[in-house]
Amino acid sequence: MIFLVLGLFIGIATIVTLLSITESMSRDIEDRLDQFGANIVMVPRSENLTLSYGGITMGGVNYQTVEFDEERIPDIRTIEYSKNLGLVAPKVLGATTVKGKEVLLMGVEFETELQLKNWWQFDGTPPAAANELLIGSQTAATFNLSIGDTLALGSSDFVITSILKPTGASEDGIIIGDLHAFQKILGKEGKVSMVEIAAFCRDCPISELVMQIGEKFPEGKVTALRQAVMAKMQSIEMFKTFSYGIAVLVIFIGSLLVFVTMMGSVNERTREIGIFRAIGFRRGHVMQIILLEAMVVGLIGGILGFVGGNGIAWAALPLVIKNGSFAGLNYNLGGVALLLSVALSLVASLYPAQKASKLDPSEALRAL
Amino acid sequence: MTNNTTQNSAVKTNVQHLIEIQNIGKDYQEGESTVQAIKEMSFFIDDGEFVSIMGQSGSGKSTMLSILGGLNHPTRGKILLDTLDIYKLSSEQRADLRSEYIGVIFQSFQLIPYLTVLENVKLPMAITGRKAREQDKMARNVLARVGLANKADRLPDQLSGGEQERVAIARAIVNKPPILLADEPTGSLDSKTADEIMDLLKELNSEGQTIIMVTHNPEACKHTSRTIQVKDGSCYEH
Repeated sequence: MIFLVLGLFIGIATIVTLLSITESMSRDIEDRLDQFGANIVMVPRSENLTLSYGGITMGGVNYQTVEFDEERIPDIRTIEYSKNLGLVAPKVLGATTVKGKEVLLMGVEFETELQLKNWWQFDGTPPAAANELLIGSQTAATFNLSIGDTLALGSSDFVITSILKPTGASEDGIIIGDLHAFQKILGKEGKVSMVEIAAFCRDCPISELVMQIGEKFPEGKVTALRQAVMAKMQSIEMFKTFSYGIAVLVIFIGSLLVFVTMMGSVNERTREIGIFRAIGFRRGHVMQIILLEAMVVGLIGGILGFVGGNGIAWAALPLVIKNGSFAGLNYNLGGVALLLSVALSLVASLYPAQKASKLDPSEALRAL
Repeated sequence: MTNNTTQNSAVKTNVQHLIEIQNIGKDYQEGESTVQAIKEMSFFIDDGEFVSIMGQSGSGKSTMLSILGGLNHPTRGKILLDTLDIYKLSSEQRADLRSEYIGVIFQSFQLIPYLTVLENVKLPMAITGRKAREQDKMARNVLARVGLANKADRLPDQLSGGEQERVAIARAIVNKPPILLADEPTGSLDSKTADEIMDLLKELNSEGQTIIMVTHNPEACKHTSRTIQVKDGSCYEH
């Protein structure tokens, strides 16, 4: 019976470990996506304007466009679901001429922007002062610029402190600088061209957030980046499918183990069953004994498996996810694991129990 | 002197006995050949008797005891218990009959090794619907009756052979069955302990317990009121 408990413990612990790790991984992915990737973009409502950044169509370069007032940006955090808002990254966009060529300038709050675009990789050190620049790899190549070079934009000189490694996106061909400095160069003081927002959307419908921000900024067009949400969902679903697949396999192997052990136990206990029958136990009583044992074994295996599985998940998570944290005890999973363990044990013991109950007492007593 | 008990029982057909064994026969199939474990046996047992069934190993006496206990369906004949043909009952009804009317003392004690003495004794009561407290009280009383009140919490392998036999007797009588079947109860005991056990069985018999004991030991038969000799699958009465 110890081996049976051990077998169930291993089975249930494996399932609990897998599902706990999956849950923690899902949360981690969600957190990362939520915290570091913008999943809502707000741009001004405009027509016939062609400026593109990050797949979002923006107001044009050479025309006067509608912009947001910078001082209104904090209003985003006054929506009902404000607790679900992470980073809010305003940007000013506009074109200027450098060495006779037009180039797109993007003014950002570096501290927020670098958290939001945590996948950016660059040479040099990120800009810390208002006169420092981060330039795209294509911009650097086009203007033959390198780190430490000075670049005149408008009436001010800027120092290039870092060059973005190729991203394959719009950033490659732009110049990124301080929001307020670029507002001045572009003549857009106190104006913001677009806002990228990272929302924590584990428990909230993103469409609700989009609607609430839209209500606060009727002049803006608020869009959820469907791609990020879809990618997030796909990753989570993939992990879940994998875990469920393993769980089914473990349940199958576990059932087989319980079945074989219980059959062995019934065979070994022929003598005992003979005694039970001889002292007046009915077939039903013998079945009850075997199934009761199976239930107790299932309960013990389930409890130990749940505790052990969570322990293993807690210990293994740092190895699986860098800086990952344990999602905590999931009592629903605990209930399911316990039920599963007991049900598995009972179902796999049904045939052995039936076999035991059908033992002819005289046959069983021959073993005496 | 020996008499064929078939004739005896034929004479006593009008008298109602506690148990009547009528023309019982048991065949076993061994490969293609049929072995007659019991050719034909007929005898009776009255209420309150202490009867020994004596015979050599393989004579069919243990088979007879298992048939008497409703555990082994005979090939021929019938067993009447208080006029009830027990092999006309379903196997579940016979289980109920054993629980209520028959206590069995097995050869080599046959205690459940992982249960304490008290739990072993309580085992037959587990299916009676008695309350746990009542079961406990009855088991302790019967353990006191066989002189093991202070060893209730021991495991069987912590007891001597004689003590284990007493536990087996306690388990057999705890439900107060009218009939007690004992299979070689002194078979694995030294002569002093065997005498003590026989004294205990006699004591139970003197209190009205009907006992049927199977033995190969003529000494044990001296303690019984009647001996049925079994030889080559047939029986004779002393």
